[in-house]
Amino acid sequence: MTRADAPPPSLATSPSRRLLGRAVNAAVTLALGVALAIAAYGALSFLVFGAAWSGDVSACRATDGACWPFVAAKLKQFVFGRYPDDELWRAALAMLLPPALLLAAFLARRRVGLGGFAAAVLLGLPLSFLLVAGDGALLAPVPTEAWGGLTLTLLVSYTGIAASLPFGIVLALMRRSSWPVPRWLAICFIEFWRGVPLVTVLFMAAVMLPLFLPEGTSVDKLARALFAIAVFASAYMAEVIRGGLQSVPENQVTAGRALGLGYSQILALIILPQAIRSALPGIAGTFIGLLKDTTLVLVIGLFDFLGMIQLAAADPAWSASTTTLTGYAFAALVFWSLCYAIALVSAYLERVTAVGRR
Amino acid sequence: MEETGRAARFWIQAALLAAVAALAGWLIFTAWTNIGRLPVHFGLDFLSEPAGFSVLQTLIPFDERSTYGRAFVVGLLNTLLVAAIGVAFATIIGFSVGVARLAPNRLLRAVAAGYVELFRNLPLLLILFFFYFGVLRQLPPPRTGFEFGGAFLNNRGLFLPDPQGGGWFLVAALALFAAALVLKSRWRVLAGVGAAGALMAAVAMTHIVWPEPRGLSVFGGLRLIPELMALVAALAIYTAAYIAEIVRAGTQSVARGQGQAAAALGLTGLQAMRFVVLPQALRLVVPPLTSQYLNLTKNSSLAVAIAYPDLVSIFAGTTLAQTGQAVEIMALTMGVYLTLSLATAALLNWQNARMRA
Amino acid sequence: MKRQGILYCALALLFFCAGARAGTLDEVKARGKLNCGVTQGLAGFSSTDASGNWAGLDVDFCRAVAAAIFDDPSKVNFVPLSSKQRFTALQSGEIDVLSRVSTWTMQNDTALGVNFVGVIYHDGQGLMVRKKLEVQSALELSGAEVCTNTGTTTELNIADFFRSRSMPYKIVAFEKSDEALKAYEAERCDVYSTDASSLSAQRVKLAQSEDHVILPDLISKEPLAPAVRQNDPQWESLVRWTLFALINAEELAVTKANADKLSRADAAPGVRRLLGAEGDYGRAIGLDNDWALKAIRAVGNYGEIFDRNLGQQSPLKIDRGLNRLWNNGGILFAPPVR
Repeated sequence: MTRADAPPPSLATSPSRRLLGRAVNAAVTLALGVALAIAAYGALSFLVFGAAWSGDVSACRATDGACWPFVAAKLKQFVFGRYPDDELWRAALAMLLPPALLLAAFLARRRVGLGGFAAAVLLGLPLSFLLVAGDGALLAPVPTEAWGGLTLTLLVSYTGIAASLPFGIVLALMRRSSWPVPRWLAICFIEFWRGVPLVTVLFMAAVMLPLFLPEGTSVDKLARALFAIAVFASAYMAEVIRGGLQSVPENQVTAGRALGLGYSQILALIILPQAIRSALPGIAGTFIGLLKDTTLVLVIGLFDFLGMIQLAAADPAWSASTTTLTGYAFAALVFWSLCYAIALVSAYLERVTAVGRR
Repeated sequence: MEETGRAARFWIQAALLAAVAALAGWLIFTAWTNIGRLPVHFGLDFLSEPAGFSVLQTLIPFDERSTYGRAFVVGLLNTLLVAAIGVAFATIIGFSVGVARLAPNRLLRAVAAGYVELFRNLPLLLILFFFYFGVLRQLPPPRTGFEFGGAFLNNRGLFLPDPQGGGWFLVAALALFAAALVLKSRWRVLAGVGAAGALMAAVAMTHIVWPEPRGLSVFGGLRLIPELMALVAALAIYTAAYIAEIVRAGTQSVARGQGQAAAALGLTGLQAMRFVVLPQALRLVVPPLTSQYLNLTKNSSLAVAIAYPDLVSIFAGTTLAQTGQAVEIMALTMGVYLTLSLATAALLNWQNARMRA
Repeated sequence: MKRQGILYCALALLFFCAGARAGTLDEVKARGKLNCGVTQGLAGFSSTDASGNWAGLDVDFCRAVAAAIFDDPSKVNFVPLSSKQRFTALQSGEIDVLSRVSTWTMQNDTALGVNFVGVIYHDGQGLMVRKKLEVQSALELSGAEVCTNTGTTTELNIADFFRSRSMPYKIVAFEKSDEALKAYEAERCDVYSTDASSLSAQRVKLAQSEDHVILPDLISKEPLAPAVRQNDPQWESLVRWTLFALINAEELAVTKANADKLSRADAAPGVRRLLGAEGDYGRAIGLDNDWALKAIRAVGNYGEIFDRNLGQQSPLKIDRGLNRLWNNGGILFAPPVR
């Protein structure tokens, strides 16, 4: 997350130039202002003033604006997909658990330290999956076909980020290694996955994977999509972490050695914390990318948030000319808020962790 | 690491290599036996069979009697086309927005920042759907479409007058013009004169084919289908948000002292940008910029969602469904993207090495 | 030493994967569920309601197969597939049965490594246009742009139809049928084309469905049929005869309600053979003799399935037309169980 900096110091010196500068400045301001006003008017008249706010599908058919009753009627489906009605609390809890645990670990960071974070990550995600899937004893099992909507979007992105961090670190270390075999393996792996479109990878994972496994082996479709996304994200994460590693000066290693630390200690205590801190914007960027990329699981027949919205928009009972557009607008609103929230959190973390540097 | 003995180092690496090779071998072997068991003929001979379908937009002649192999080329060219146009627009928009984020005008800065934050935080697929379905709905049908100076705009696309005949001379003129920019003294003059000559020849030989509304649509002329326009718009606008950030970061890293030095020399803000800051920023900007270009190319595979006939849609879609040769087709498709990617990376490395030397 | 160890590891892995292969039926039984490939949502054939329950003709057929095997129609895992994924998914073993409005053509039947078991719905490809176009027949569509699905016979039929009449056309092929419909609605195309049965289901999704008309011409014959992998004859017979059993049941007036009673009563010999009271027909396909009874008891006969999903009891109200029984003016004809 970056903020636009203050303007560079005024470069114009002579008064006439300054005057001209001011005129240009005013013209630019005016033009932009008018353009913004037009755009805002268009958006607001569709989203607010011209929109149908209550009633049913007939209210939507009567207007050119957004059809909010559609969103209200389908909201449950957007968020939880086809998850059973009685068990919705489980899906809701599963969505909130990982960030909540991380937040708790962050608030209590002085007491729990890095181990607390690791525990939050290691506990949060499996617990979420257990909640959603059910254990068969206390919680009724829910098959993965019933998972969907925002729940699926979030679970897929959580998994992607949780898996890609450790694998990304390993891959980045391998790529920077002085040993040729790990280095070349890492390069091949990273460049392969970064070189192909996610759509093709998901297609392979969805319908061609059984070809590469012994006959009769069956792996859940969602698990395969998760695996594909985790592998894909790891390759990107590795490059982000590598950038972070490069920012740590060589002499830190020497300093660590002088203190008598071993390689793994130097890595864990000196290099990685600094590397991860300087890679934070990149990590947040990867997370945002993951969240956005989950929309592609649609191509393999899993219904994420956007998929559910499209599915609902095809419902004959809600066929009005603006149903689809309203769905897209709502999707945009939710995705944007989530991604922007991640960006804000990352910016905050950057500020907090930078304290030691001042 | 140096503590590890040479022998141990060798054996650990050998074991690692063997493990990976065994895994790869196992996967290939399993796939091989599984494919062998399928009653499908394995191989690339299907590429020479007639395809039987037609394609919405083709850069080379293609009809129902053309082969699957030709369909592959058609798809590939369409992918390259959308990538090339997308890259051009993304660069223009991205650089403008990136520079605008550092402009003295406060509103301009805010709008540029808003642009970046808006489009970086939305899924590309959503932007694509929005541009396609949202904008398509606003355009009139062919019968009541817009017309300006012989060009037509309606929900079938943009129909432009198509200059034909002088194509190669135009290419020659452009090449000579580019040469004139690079070359020195005598050669430059020569190339300039050549360019002017070629341009005149091109103009003289060109006849324009005008689009003409007839029946259900508009015929003739140069047609830009809505799918292409929506895809280019979505890819360019999305990627531009990232490019703007790269440009801003690159510019900022040189802007401070250099900008003040330029001001001391009496350069205006724009001049300082053009002659002092950008040339230096460009060096920092090129590597991440290239990776954005590659992202754009890979992202163009979303084309299938809005019926743009790219490689994934024509080849890994229609052709795959008709021939069932999934393994061969996916390998070819992924190979194409991988080759583009690796070739670009190699080019970049070479460029980097040359700049350092 | 180490090198030998690696070699042994590799060999062990190779043997592990080259193990003996079980038949599809055994795999399905071991899994406890049938994997059935369906559409991503097509009313009447396979679609889900808000709570995720699948319904439709194709869906009920898979339920019948599952019931014949497990005596439980719920033991099906429905796998939604796009048209370009369907045959690959069947080839790779991702699904056991493809019950997804797929057209039985020679190419599909021979070159793709799959076998079609029998026609479940006789369809033809139809065309929908806007009324304001004032088109009466498909022959007036010269220069038209056609929105349709990618990777289907639809695309090819359109090509054949226009090409054979030397009419210019453009095809705009989408990955998903809902997107194709949306583009047609936005007037991107003059024509929306798909199987006639789906056409009426898709039309109700349009905001002003009365502004659109389905042309009387059918430009192709589309025998829609379930398919299985080519390499397992027993499994193929099982799926094929489940379909035939459902059709025969209608012919013999065996219904969901009376099947149990008829199997115990002193019914006609044909009925007794179908329901397993006579003969040993189940064993040859690896099932119990009352396999057909289990299937009919679960989903009803073909006529009941049709009415529930496509016919008069459904919102689609599609006429049975060609899909009437052969002795009732249609061409639906199943070989007898004997």
